[in-house]
Amino acid sequence: MQFVAAVFLPLLGSIVAGFFGRFIGDRGAQLVTCTLLGISAACSALIFKDVAIDGNAVTITLLHWIQSGSLDVSWALKFDTLTAVMLIVVTWVSFMVHVYSVGYMSHDPAIPRFMSYLSLFTFAMLMLVTADNLIQLFFGWEGVGLASYLLIGFWFEKPSASAAAIKAFVVNRVGDFGFALGIFGVFFLFDSVSFDAIFAAAPDKAAATVTFFGLEANAITICCLLLFVGAMGKSAQLGLHTWLPDAMEGPTPVSALIHAATMVTAGVFMVARMSPLFEYSDTALTVVTLVGAATAFFAATVGCVQNDIKRVIAYSTCSQLGYMFFAIGVSAYQAAVFHLMTHAFFKALLFLGAGSVIHAMSDEQDIRRMGGIWKHVKVTWVLMWIGSLALAGIPFFAGYYSKDMILEAAFASHSLVGQLAYWMGIGAAFLTAFYSWRLLILTFHGKPRADEHVMAHVHESPAVMILPLFVLAAGAVFGGWLGYDMFVGHAQEHFWRDAIKDLHQTIEHAHHVEEWVALAPTVVGVAGIFLAYVLYMFVPSIPGALANTFNGLYRFLLNKWYFDELYDFLFVRPAFRIGRGLWQGGDGALIDGVGPDGVAAATGVIARKVGKFQSGYLYHYAFAMLIGVAVFVTWYMFNAR
Amino acid sequence: MTDWPLLSLTTFLPLVGALFILAIRGEAQVVARNARNVALLTSLATFVVSLFILANFDGASAEFQLKETAVWLPGTAISYSMGVDGISLWFVLLSTFLTPICILSTIGAVEKRVKEYMVAFLVLETLMVGMFCATDMVLFYVFFEGVLIPMFIIIGVWGGQRRVYAAFKFFLYTLAGSVLMLVAMLAMYYQAHTTDIPTLMAHTFPQSMQLWLWLAFFASFAVKVPMWPVHTWLPDAHVEAPTAGSVILAGVLLKMGGYGLLRFSVPMFPLASEFFTPLVFTLSIVAVVYTSLVALVQEDMKKLIAYSSVAHMGYVTIGTFAMTTQGVEGAIYQMLSHGVVSGALFLCVGVVYDRMHTREIARYGGLATRMPKYALVFMFMTMASVGLPGTGGFVGEFLVLLGVFQMNTWVALFAASGMVLGACYALYLYRRVMFGKLTREDLKDILDMSPREVAMFVPLIVVVIWMGVYPNTFLEPMHASVAKLIDNFELAKAAAHGVSVAAR
Repeated sequence: MQFVAAVFLPLLGSIVAGFFGRFIGDRGAQLVTCTLLGISAACSALIFKDVAIDGNAVTITLLHWIQSGSLDVSWALKFDTLTAVMLIVVTWVSFMVHVYSVGYMSHDPAIPRFMSYLSLFTFAMLMLVTADNLIQLFFGWEGVGLASYLLIGFWFEKPSASAAAIKAFVVNRVGDFGFALGIFGVFFLFDSVSFDAIFAAAPDKAAATVTFFGLEANAITICCLLLFVGAMGKSAQLGLHTWLPDAMEGPTPVSALIHAATMVTAGVFMVARMSPLFEYSDTALTVVTLVGAATAFFAATVGCVQNDIKRVIAYSTCSQLGYMFFAIGVSAYQAAVFHLMTHAFFKALLFLGAGSVIHAMSDEQDIRRMGGIWKHVKVTWVLMWIGSLALAGIPFFAGYYSKDMILEAAFASHSLVGQLAYWMGIGAAFLTAFYSWRLLILTFHGKPRADEHVMAHVHESPAVMILPLFVLAAGAVFGGWLGYDMFVGHAQEHFWRDAIKDLHQTIEHAHHVEEWVALAPTVVGVAGIFLAYVLYMFVPSIPGALANTFNGLYRFLLNKWYFDELYDFLFVRPAFRIGRGLWQGGDGALIDGVGPDGVAAATGVIARKVGKFQSGYLYHYAFAMLIGVAVFVTWYMFNAR
Repeated sequence: MTDWPLLSLTTFLPLVGALFILAIRGEAQVVARNARNVALLTSLATFVVSLFILANFDGASAEFQLKETAVWLPGTAISYSMGVDGISLWFVLLSTFLTPICILSTIGAVEKRVKEYMVAFLVLETLMVGMFCATDMVLFYVFFEGVLIPMFIIIGVWGGQRRVYAAFKFFLYTLAGSVLMLVAMLAMYYQAHTTDIPTLMAHTFPQSMQLWLWLAFFASFAVKVPMWPVHTWLPDAHVEAPTAGSVILAGVLLKMGGYGLLRFSVPMFPLASEFFTPLVFTLSIVAVVYTSLVALVQEDMKKLIAYSSVAHMGYVTIGTFAMTTQGVEGAIYQMLSHGVVSGALFLCVGVVYDRMHTREIARYGGLATRMPKYALVFMFMTMASVGLPGTGGFVGEFLVLLGVFQMNTWVALFAASGMVLGACYALYLYRRVMFGKLTREDLKDILDMSPREVAMFVPLIVVVIWMGVYPNTFLEPMHASVAKLIDNFELAKAAAHGVSVAAR
């Protein structure tokens, strides 16, 4: 009962708020969606206890879905430890965001629509994490994409919001293109799309090779790489990350829920879910490690120079997702999911805190025009500090446990890429601490840089917005400490059971790395904080001077490594140009010109030419006859011989 | 009920309604209202009767069912014979399902010559249903060609500015293809001495002959589908046709091409089909990529959706010639869902066209503010067209790609790029029409959908969700017929290759 309720109550809430919003009013819509989500969250807690703690994994088949030839798919809900963890993360963060939205969106004219979209998103995300086959996963996958599109474009009157919404959907579709091909490949290989069947058959197919796209290669490697393209799109990994910063056009609660805590982690979840497949392909894992490490580092560098409070956190999200992926790449799936969980709490906290700041600053988002407001918003200030401490991996906050575990695992994997990932991760950890404190200092400390008008209005957010932050803060403070043993500690094998398969035992090795390896992340974290204090608190003239001295590098980072410009140049503008060329040149001039219009015109011309012979003058006809007679006579004479 | 001539009843009931309408006399307004009511009732009754076909259909059998035969041309092998199998069944229902919705959509949109318009639509319905039910080649040809006449009139009389050009282009394009098909049919008659479709399916034509026959049929069907590069009639016809005409055109008429390929080309000329598969794949891939890119730059709403239809039908031809269960079932499914979804999209254009009398995208913008119901419906159908899982569009597209991947990964790769491009043009259209600020003066008092318009869309939405969530309703009756089609294809292939091996 609670299994089905947890997943479908948000859908019910979405339908009620969406279709009957006009009858039940703003308050009614808020009440219905929040209540149903609260129940769903409570159910998830029960499920977590039942499935993860007591070890009663279940699969509930709801309805037959598609049956065609040997393809046979059902709508089914699969609950194992991995799902249970995701359920907790999704429903609780979503519940908090729902409640927070009641306050944050209180001045918006379209509250029922907003609440409906939020609940719809939650439903799709729950379908994603409870899927028992790849196609249902794809349903949830596309469903969250739709909800994300709708929510980014929520303020559809803003052109930038609509543009960002399309960008998010299309870039994700590029990933889905790979994902879909991956599903086809898996079906080709295993003749099934259900997880249990795939995982059972995976060891036998480990050495199978196939010829896809003209090249013969290990079948599982190809499938994994294709699936990973999908994960890269959804989780904004380097190359397909461009949509995530733009997605900040959406309302802040959306950024917290979708573009930090849940949806963007779907890629991580998917790869973790497919661990019994990925484990058989070292090549695929290497690629995952490299992409993850590169993203972690790239996004951290960009995060250091952004000036929009939400964009800084967005790049930070991108970077943290990179950590999760390289953890997966070194087979430390447990650590990746652990970090996913802690990150969900502290990043949602940071985003909602940022929302509270924006709320207080009369919708100002540029941190260059903030500063010195800590006295006015003390609660938000403290909460943001907690979130940042957790993000920077300062000891005993949640991020410390999970991020350290990931770095240790990378080091312990003893592969070259693992080492590379470790060092890039250390670099990113330094930058993370740096940009977090840059953000904190510029926002809350120093002298106020906003005008008096705005400063006079700075006020603490209402309780309905602050209370959810406390819950998330509790997660950010205690989440790591509470979860450590279960997720990656000594109880981990008992906790995960069959949900995750790791052949490499990386987590085990990670517990036995040298002291300095485990200590390094904390040291660079503290160093990063120190540097931020030096640059922005004690000698605030340095950043400007640095930007001037290294202007090229600064512009390169500020413009996000020019990815948008590159894609615009490579794909967007050519697509329109080619489209126009094909339309006017291909369809218009060539096909129609030579085809129907050409034939029609030719018919007309020929008819007119032939018509000229019918002049009506007797001497014309007599002349034609004469020529005819002459031709015949000549012909006869020459042939008669 | 089983002994009733259900197929003939479904086919000719609209014609009876048309006769009634012809008899209506009186004041223009009264005539218009009565004609519309009679047409609506007739088409609804036809739909109900067609449901009985579904009820009496045995999904486990691959044979033609509910068969009817009558002497038609004595002294020849040509007879009036009807029957449905798992492939044609759903097309009959698609036709009878869309017609009442089309008629409902004409209220307020068509005000001149209403009586004649209704007659044209009912005649069109008779011809469409008859075409899907015919199991005699000549009878099929009569219906297949007959469809052109009412459609030609609908575009030419009730169309837009360039309606005459579009109507002639449509007519001549399709006729040119069909003439070749007629010649091929004559050749088949002299070879097999029958025009009975089931018999012809069992007949083995010599391989060299198959190639020519296949090409002749392909000429006709490729124009209808339409495949690149013979698609250019479609955008013009759609743009000029009245809304209801566009719905039927996209919803049913295009499917006649895909249906023809499944009914004639593949089962009767299996060796030629195998031989020409690379050609079909190439043309289809070009269609998907090319027309998607062209759709991206369109400035006319209807033209954009017309181009997207070409891209979507590209999946149909890919699936058909993939010759795997998923491919063929996916192709049929894609045709059904495209029939509903693209029909609905044309209706969506019709809703704003009726209000503003322009289809130019740039004339709109920000409609979501004033028209929330419309925004929801349009968004839903856009997503169905993009192929979002949970809607009918997904199942067809997915099965086709899954099916063809087993045969040829390259084809799947290129065809799947349509997933990305489809999202681009569909969302870009939606953004330009619905999003942004409502700045134009004449849009500021635009009204949201009326209850009649809502009633028009509700059945479409229900069907699209049904097709997405529980596709088995639609897939199950297909299984046996599709399995037979593929088995016969494989047998013919094996036999031919066996012979060639022995000859060596």
